[in-house]
Amino acid sequence: MPFLPHLFLAFLEGTVAAAVLALTALGLSLTFGVMRVVNVAHGEFYMLGAMLAWYLAKLSPGAPLPGFLLALVGAPLAVGALAFLTERLVLRRINYDPEATIVATIGLLFVIQQLALTVFGAEAKPVAAPFTYRIAFPWFGYSGYKLFVVAASAAILLAAWWVMARTRVGLVMRVTQFDREMAQAFGIRVGHVYAAVFAAGAAIAALAAVLLVPIQQAHYLMGLDPLLMSFIVVIIGGLGSIRGSVIAALVIGMADGIVSVFFRPTLASILATLLVAFVLVLRPQGLFGTAPR
Amino acid sequence: MTTIRKTVASGPRLTRRSILKGAAASGLALGPGFVRYAQAASSEPIRIGFQVHRTGIGAAYGKWYERVTTAATALINEQGGINGRSVEIIAEDDGTDPGRGAEVVEKFATQHKCDVGFGTLFSHVVMGSAPRAGELKLPYYVVSEGHHVASGGLNRYTFQPGITDVKSQVISLAPWIAKNLGKKVTMIYPDFAFGYDHRDYFSAAIKAQGGEAIKLIPIPPTESSFTRYFPEIPAETDVIYHVMVGPAVLTFVKEMGEHFGSQHPALFGFIDSLEAVDLKSPGLEFLEGSYLWEAYPRFAGASPAAHDTFYRGKVGVDANGASTADPADISTFSHMFGCWETLYVIKRAMEAAGYQGPDDKAKLVEATEAMTDLAEGNEHPQGHKKFNGKIHQSFGHQNITQVKGGVAEVVYRTTIEEGLYEPEADYTTQAL
Repeated sequence: MPFLPHLFLAFLEGTVAAAVLALTALGLSLTFGVMRVVNVAHGEFYMLGAMLAWYLAKLSPGAPLPGFLLALVGAPLAVGALAFLTERLVLRRINYDPEATIVATIGLLFVIQQLALTVFGAEAKPVAAPFTYRIAFPWFGYSGYKLFVVAASAAILLAAWWVMARTRVGLVMRVTQFDREMAQAFGIRVGHVYAAVFAAGAAIAALAAVLLVPIQQAHYLMGLDPLLMSFIVVIIGGLGSIRGSVIAALVIGMADGIVSVFFRPTLASILATLLVAFVLVLRPQGLFGTAPR
Repeated sequence: MTTIRKTVASGPRLTRRSILKGAAASGLALGPGFVRYAQAASSEPIRIGFQVHRTGIGAAYGKWYERVTTAATALINEQGGINGRSVEIIAEDDGTDPGRGAEVVEKFATQHKCDVGFGTLFSHVVMGSAPRAGELKLPYYVVSEGHHVASGGLNRYTFQPGITDVKSQVISLAPWIAKNLGKKVTMIYPDFAFGYDHRDYFSAAIKAQGGEAIKLIPIPPTESSFTRYFPEIPAETDVIYHVMVGPAVLTFVKEMGEHFGSQHPALFGFIDSLEAVDLKSPGLEFLEGSYLWEAYPRFAGASPAAHDTFYRGKVGVDANGASTADPADISTFSHMFGCWETLYVIKRAMEAAGYQGPDDKAKLVEATEAMTDLAEGNEHPQGHKKFNGKIHQSFGHQNITQVKGGVAEVVYRTTIEEGLYEPEADYTTQAL
């Protein structure tokens, strides 16, 4: 393939990778930022979203669109509800202690993963895209749905930013993030905020999974990779900074797309990991984060 | 508020712990009492340790390996067992992990006092487990596919009698590919041992046919997006040879379809990619008209042999290779027959050796090595096999099928001779 079309393909791949990364990292960034806890089970909420998308899409045979819409609503709700229960039954009881939360969510990771294996089975489960459109460039073809994912991802990120920056709900979350005790003193029910944020984070992960599952397929081990990449994005972007996460996702996604098209994907992963190391050494709070108080 | 929460929380926590303790204690009491059988009498069942990928990346295969093993064991027991003793399967999950695989083998030998170990599929788990089986002198019958047994790299106690190795498979396929699809081949394969077997032996085999592997594209096994690899496929490619493993294979095929559209080189793939996957899945339309390697064709076709119908019936698989209980539950048909056939090899070897117990393990190894022909029939439904005792490997027929309307139809069945190669080793010279 000539150089310019090759570069164009690399750019497309990079854009999709960035959109996917930003979307999967958004939920983690939210819980990490507001609650200051590390949710190791984030990837499993994502996996569960994909599994439920497959299950719900299967309920409406025929044209894929109704099933997809059903999954788009149903999966985030179900996963959010599960996360809410987790928060009430586990995280609240260990008082959001950071170390204990890591251990508890590692446990949760295995529980969800093995339950998914038991209930849904080990096979990779395909979900039909709501529409199939192949964009035929002169040199190669490209999935129209992938570009739709980019647009949807941008819309969701904008919506998240709008909620955080412009609404009362966002204000309450930001206050809780800024100073938990002061927020409590002002009558904000911190416990409720935490429960809502944890559920919302998981629901966003599930939403991302529903969007992505037509280009990936659901599999019970699929949560591990996005978990790692989300952590990389959140660490580079800075704790709780949505803007930081988006920029980090763009940088890593583009680098990943271009490096892996022209060189090797392994090299792209090495570079991303190196970047994390540099950020941790030189600017531990992340590019756009504020140091914890 | 914090203090209150802590006090409240500490109450039930203690109770929970004591409940857990109680549960653990009762679990121990009710657990498998292998100690009871420590002094095994000859009326004790023959214990076959079944190393199964119940979890991990191989779980979809493991499920079907287990179903086939259960069905074959039930049948063997119905037929009077082995040497008048019933057969008991002791299944242990290895998590598709080499380290755990070695532990499982050790458990079979020392804890469960198994007579043989059996059933491992994924090549890295075989590589991790076989040395331990050799050290413990546990006859170990794998149902993998890799060339590792036949290469001479393992040991005298490790056998692969139920399924042909990759080297033999690709050697037997290369002439047909060169003749019917083209001589310039681009290979796409997983970037680890199993993929390297394909790379090395197919490249050599196609060269022997006057063709060439013009581009080699290794793909990391954890990859989930493939579009980035397709620009590497040279424009003059006649055939794309693809063998993938892992759950991302549907994405692979779909993205290849999006990349190429209707103008594309011929496709030749290994069913390994599509085991447990419905060929009618969304995204697989691109495979229409393409060719697949299958050890044992998933679709029974218009006139199946009696032993094929018998085997499918006993395992619970219909003529489309799906579970009779759930047509959406697709089997790993081209691999799982290896469990069935291997169990019958173990039975035959034990009978030939007059096997009575672990003291006869050396005799069992020699009896297995002495086998040559495994005749097609209910015991070997995939077809006739020649077993080479020097390299502990079976050689059988391979099938080339073409996808038509979501069904793969056999277009060519190789002879056993097409897949034979010079033995690279001789295990029989190793000490027992």
